Amino acid sequence: MNIGLQHFIVLSALLFAIGFFGVLLRKNTLVIYMCLELMLVAATLALVAFSRFNGTLDGNVFVFFILTVAAAEVAVGLAIIVALFRRRQTVQVEELNALKN
Amino acid sequence: MSDTYFYLFATVTVVSALAVVFNKNTVAAALAFLFGLCGVAALFLQLDAQLLAILLVLVYAGAVVALFLFIIMLLDMQGGARKPFKKLTILSSLVAGALLLTGVYLLANRPELAQSPAAGVPSGVLLDLKLYGAKLFTTYLLPVQVVGFLLLIAMLGVIVLSKKFDGLEDVK
Repeated sequence: MNIGLQHFIVLSALLFAIGFFGVLLRKNTLVIYMCLELMLVAATLALVAFSRFNGTLDGNVFVFFILTVAAAEVAVGLAIIVALFRRRQTVQVEELNALKN
Repeated sequence: MSDTYFYLFATVTVVSALAVVFNKNTVAAALAFLFGLCGVAALFLQLDAQLLAILLVLVYAGAVVALFLFIIMLLDMQGGARKPFKKLTILSSLVAGALLLTGVYLLANRPELAQSPAAGVPSGVLLDLKLYGAKLFTTYLLPVQVVGFLLLIAMLGVIVLSKKFDGLEDVK
């Protein structure tokens, strides 16, 4: 059996699902953030696979931009988490309920 | 394309993704994330995206995971036992999981994807760094500028966020 586009797409969907579950199930903000990154990587895998099997470079260039944006996003997100920890001394989501009610 | 290569690295990636989600220790989760990224980079190599594989390892595995590890050690949270899930949370997780798995199943059975445009691409096309450069400086020149600006804004934002502000009362 030859490896085709289908295999890569299913793998990327599976990775996305795992990351999604991490976001739902975990209570630690940092781990939730890591799972978000996992979902982003799954999306880039799908883009690269489509780009390869269609013989164009555009998907690859798009992933290039996604990587840049992800790096900036991680820096800002972690700064927010550190600022949050400084103020509240916790990163567990169930204790961060100031906006509830 | 080699089947064994794909299945090996697909397994590595999925197992480490599961380890990220289910590991109790945050540092171990970050290391599993690093391992999974290396698996994805290997899959990028199979897809003839050498530049992206290298960038993924450099940017993600090098910078992002290192940043995560720094923050984990800085915050030093070995939080106690967590509260059990609520019934509503369990129910909605099950529904969401069923939906996602249905999506994966439907994807796996799509006839359009099964007869994909074949791996008939001359692999030299994607190898060429010149083509990347040409694309980035012609078709995608505006996005390059915007992304550069975004990086500047992100840097400024992080500096402002890390500053200590006096006179802000806490929301309790």
